[in-house]
Amino acid sequence: MTEETLQVFIDGVSRYFEHTKDNDLRVGTPYLADNCAPVSMDYTGLIGVSGSNKGCVYFTAPKAMLRHLILSLGEPDTSDENMVDLVGEVANTISGNARRELGKNFMISVPVVVSGAPGKIHLPTELRSYVVPTTWRSYNAAVVICLQH
Amino acid sequence: MLKMMIVDDSNIIRSKICRAHDSERFDVVAIACDGAEALRMFHECRPDVVTMDLTMPNVDGLECIAKLARIDPEVLILVVSALSDQATGIEALENGASGFLLKPFSEEQLREALDELTEHLYD
Repeated sequence: MTEETLQVFIDGVSRYFEHTKDNDLRVGTPYLADNCAPVSMDYTGLIGVSGSNKGCVYFTAPKAMLRHLILSLGEPDTSDENMVDLVGEVANTISGNARRELGKNFMISVPVVVSGAPGKIHLPTELRSYVVPTTWRSYNAAVVICLQH
Repeated sequence: MLKMMIVDDSNIIRSKICRAHDSERFDVVAIACDGAEALRMFHECRPDVVTMDLTMPNVDGLECIAKLARIDPEVLILVVSALSDQATGIEALENGASGFLLKPFSEEQLREALDELTEHLYD
């Protein structure tokens, strides 16, 4: 994956948080991680990618951050159902926004949400993923991009 | 008062549109979670305006737009989607949409988009 492609996803997550009341997202230095132990927090919204690229993009975040983020978006209902919904919507927005640069053939699925155990996420072990760490207020989350041309 | 239907598979987005729209001009008469449900509800409530997500299970937004436009060529459809490529925007317009609002969006941007979509009705 090129630096330009990685930047597309960094821009996507930054753009998402610009629409929160507490727009103070900090993006850390991206790094490559082995897929045998994928980065995973309380909730993960995963988008399958097909077409010109194959693989997945996911956003993973702790429960406390999602609860705070829901309130910051003006939504009073911080139920588990809405946390599941939000983590999927963040992943969908970041992936969908990437099509501005990557084009229509960057085909994305509806979000799949995984909650709880990190062991539930399985990525191709022959590949490595780019992890983009983020901090919003005091919460750490990550965007993970695992794509094969 | 214009009748409005909201179509999105995200509860957070449905709720945001419900909160943000101008309630003096729009009356939300139906809320659908996917294209299939939207098609069923459209026949029952015949909205004037529809906000439409594109990436949804069952019937997706592009297909739903085409079907709604065939049922009622006068319906005003505002696409509200994260899909930001030009080709998808053009396809949505060709299928019968009248406007496009990119996610993420602010409440003000939604109101502006709905105003632009319907301003010709007030001329």
